[in-house]
Amino acid sequence: MILIRKKSLGVSGNGISSGGHRFGIGDSLMICLGIEGTAHTFGIGIVDSTGRVLANATRTYFPEQGGIHPREAAQFHAAQARAVLDEALKTAQIELGDVDLVAFSQGPGLGPVLRTAATAARALAVWLGVPIIGVNHCVAHIEIGRLTEGARDPVTLYVSGGNTQVIAFDAGRYRVFGETIDIPIGNCLDAFAREVGIPHPGGPAVERLAREGRNYIPLPYVVKGMDLSFSGLMTEAVRRYREGADIKDLCYSLQETAFAALVEVTERAVAHTEKREVMLTGGVAANNRLREMLKQMAEEHRAKFFVPPKEFCGDQGAMIAWNGILAYRSGYRQSLRETEVRQRWRTDEVEVTWRRS
Amino acid sequence: MLLKKGAEANIYLEPFAKVLHRAGEGKVVVKERIAKKYRIPALDQILREARTALEAKLLSDAKRAGVPTPIVYEVDRIGMRIVMEFIEGRQVKLVLDKLGKGERRKLCQTIGRQIARLHRAGMVHGDLTTSNMIVNSDGKVYFVDFGLGGYDPSTEERGVDLHLLRRALQSIHFRIADQAYAAVIAGYREELGKKAEEVIRRAKEIESRGRYVAKEERAWH
Repeated sequence: MILIRKKSLGVSGNGISSGGHRFGIGDSLMICLGIEGTAHTFGIGIVDSTGRVLANATRTYFPEQGGIHPREAAQFHAAQARAVLDEALKTAQIELGDVDLVAFSQGPGLGPVLRTAATAARALAVWLGVPIIGVNHCVAHIEIGRLTEGARDPVTLYVSGGNTQVIAFDAGRYRVFGETIDIPIGNCLDAFAREVGIPHPGGPAVERLAREGRNYIPLPYVVKGMDLSFSGLMTEAVRRYREGADIKDLCYSLQETAFAALVEVTERAVAHTEKREVMLTGGVAANNRLREMLKQMAEEHRAKFFVPPKEFCGDQGAMIAWNGILAYRSGYRQSLRETEVRQRWRTDEVEVTWRRS
Repeated sequence: MLLKKGAEANIYLEPFAKVLHRAGEGKVVVKERIAKKYRIPALDQILREARTALEAKLLSDAKRAGVPTPIVYEVDRIGMRIVMEFIEGRQVKLVLDKLGKGERRKLCQTIGRQIARLHRAGMVHGDLTTSNMIVNSDGKVYFVDFGLGGYDPSTEERGVDLHLLRRALQSIHFRIADQAYAAVIAGYREELGKKAEEVIRRAKEIESRGRYVAKEERAWH
């Protein structure tokens, strides 16, 4: 394995530096290229083993109408892969030969999309003759948040178009303390927006409209123990719209109801685990009302509140690369045979070899 | 005296005489649902009032169905408080891992039988965790905190009850989760007979549905 290349040292691209992640003597600097492809976004991130993000290039697929179509998304990713790779290398100011490790999103996600990213990762790793590591997408979201925000042991609310989970580390695993039992929150907002004629992505538009809503329209609030359900909420909101309810009031009520449920489940996890940190991540973390509510809850529990910058909340390759480095440095290795994608890979199935507590 | 500051409510232990009637003896538990600043008052009011009223009713009905619960003395829908009997005992959460294998099986079977009784009477608990069960010195298991429960005879809701308990076991008692759950199911079957199978199957299905299963069909149109 080739070691340090002076060329890439001291160059920070548009990235960030953490400073908090130093490895033991004898660990040489390594550069990991991470490929993300689970849903809409194809991304390539380049991160070094001190936690510096050298590049984080992404391209996002927007369907012309309706929701995401897995095969079309995969074709979009395949078509964009080369351009994203070139952009990442250029930003990081490194050559492909400088890469010591290739990581990719092995799951969970849409099959065709996962396979596209995995194929790209295998090709690169084999061609470069470097190790390859498959990373869990959900866990990577938490790890990049811990890196950029300096959170040590947060209860994480991870909310996106494809996932809604409350996650906390316990006894060697990231355990899921609550999750949606039907549709993810991002999907609920997008689908509602679509049904009432707001173009994709619906989330930001719903947030804007909600700010002008004044009257709360009671909608189904469904928390089952630690788990959540949003499909009834979505259906009822659409029904109310068709009955002539004001769209601003509806957006307001939809957000207030859904987010209160999310915060309540997160609060239960905080109370249960007695952790002193709360982190919000995923695409829906961009929503200011959700941030405000979760922050308020955290403060009531005297917990620190973290939200990574927008770039690191959404899907991107830097989180995959960083998680790849963590796994590799902890001794984790994967053969090519073990890189088959895992569409239904659960967060709590991941062996977290790089964390003790 | 504040007994527990929960996520949703504060639980106080007070002298009976102070809360209910000066002639009374012993202690009572007061469960007060607290306002949450993170949610808008309109929603906060709806949730707290509905949960207070519903919980009080469920506590009484569960007891009638043969599931030990604290006696409800008073329901205050303005102050969002329930005044109830104080149960002396320990949370199942604190004892489950420490019990011997046989004792644990017995306890879990009892829990399973009680869930079955609740279900047969048309109720679901909605938050079956080992924190919400108190075992006293006679081995009697009290179910508490019906705040997320309801009247729902559907296989789905019953399945969710079993699924939630399994999830709680896996996250808190992960070393013994499988055997504990197996004993719960044994008790559940014993009480419900053939009708149990459909619910047990549904609980499994809900677990497999949990996430990333048939996501393409389910979440992406």
